[in-house]
Amino acid sequence: MAFNGMMSIDTSTAQPGGREALDRALVAIGAERDRAAFALVFRHFAPRLRAFMIRGGCDRGDAEEIVQDVMVTVWRRAETFDPRQASASTWIFTIARNRRIDRLRRERRPELDPNDPALVPDAPRSADQSLALSQDTRRLESAIATLPQEQRDILERAYYDEKPHSVIAEETGLPLGTVKSRLRLALGRLRKEVRDHG
Amino acid sequence: MGEIERTLGGDGGRLPVHHIGEELLLDYAAGATSEAMSLLIASHLALCPMCRQQLAELELVGGAMLDALPDDECDEASLDAVLARLDRDDVTPVQPTAPVAADPAVDGILLPEPLRSYVGSDLNKLGWKRRIRGLDECVLPVGGARVSLMRIHQGASMPKHTHAGNELTLVLTGGFTDARGSYLRGDVAVTDQHVDHQPTADLDEDCLCLAVVDAPLRLTGRMTRFLNPFLRI
Ligand SMILES: [Zn+2]
Repeated sequence: MAFNGMMSIDTSTAQPGGREALDRALVAIGAERDRAAFALVFRHFAPRLRAFMIRGGCDRGDAEEIVQDVMVTVWRRAETFDPRQASASTWIFTIARNRRIDRLRRERRPELDPNDPALVPDAPRSADQSLALSQDTRRLESAIATLPQEQRDILERAYYDEKPHSVIAEETGLPLGTVKSRLRLALGRLRKEVRDHG
Repeated sequence: MGEIERTLGGDGGRLPVHHIGEELLLDYAAGATSEAMSLLIASHLALCPMCRQQLAELELVGGAMLDALPDDECDEASLDAVLARLDRDDVTPVQPTAPVAADPAVDGILLPEPLRSYVGSDLNKLGWKRRIRGLDECVLPVGGARVSLMRIHQGASMPKHTHAGNELTLVLTGGFTDARGSYLRGDVAVTDQHVDHQPTADLDEDCLCLAVVDAPLRLTGRMTRFLNPFLRI
């Protein structure tokens, strides 16, 4: 493939397999407008994005249109992708989430500006306090797969259906406190997988 | 000097001690908060490295959730359609944005983004209204909830009240104290129907806050007429 050897990925978190290939492909799109790299990213993410939109309430036509929009945005914004900051999955998830808000709710999504002079910078940390996130989502995915069904169900309603936890409580008939405690248990378990195990 | 650092943020910025809360941050990460709530949450994020870290984790979970969706066969016709769009449409690449050079603070007050883009840098240009003695309010046109800037005059106490829904208050300058503690720049006070509170602004300067209310308030003390977020009949 045309897109190897030009980026500097932190090799301490690099693993063989598909995830790094997707990260590298995004870098190659940004640096070289590489269409083969774009096709690789498209073939991996388009079916998942379509499922994401349909699960979130889109009909097939809307889903197809939004997926195409997301992928065009991926092409346009690839230069801003930084594999040290996010994995391909995380980065594309945020684009898809924002596109869904824009298209289905017709609302703005206020976000912080990383270049804002008002930004309070991260506190300096010593090496053993490092909170660097592992961008290897495979461990995270297997942790999600092994969560108790009642916890995974709430995560799916939040991330796929875009429901706030208060609405999840109404829809499931669960007390709000139960929804919150299941969320906390699930997120506490998942946090172990993304923090400092490199 | 500590006062100026506290007001301006930047390198001398204090770290908040009252945060958004994990459930609400998850709502935001999943895209489930209204524009109004998102505005307050994102403005807190600018002032709070800890919640930024937590959000990064929640978005990482979002990426893993996306990846866990069924890996169906890719529709090659759809890929061809997008490749054709890349040739045909205006799909100019987006360059990374450069840092803002000028200091946009006015009168020593530096609002964080994204709030600054909503209201501008100069608070004096906004339409402030005196609500009660010691409290000025400027309602912002944002969808999804009542959103306003509140200026509590130094040392002023607000009437005691509770809320039928949730009120989130983000301190931008100065500070206030209620029964639960002290709130300074970057701190978020989350108030629901179980909290009966009576904030009092610190003595040294006016307290400027961003307040978002998603349901009407209920008064618990003697009151005449009020408006939310702090006050409404
Ligand atoms: Zn925080």
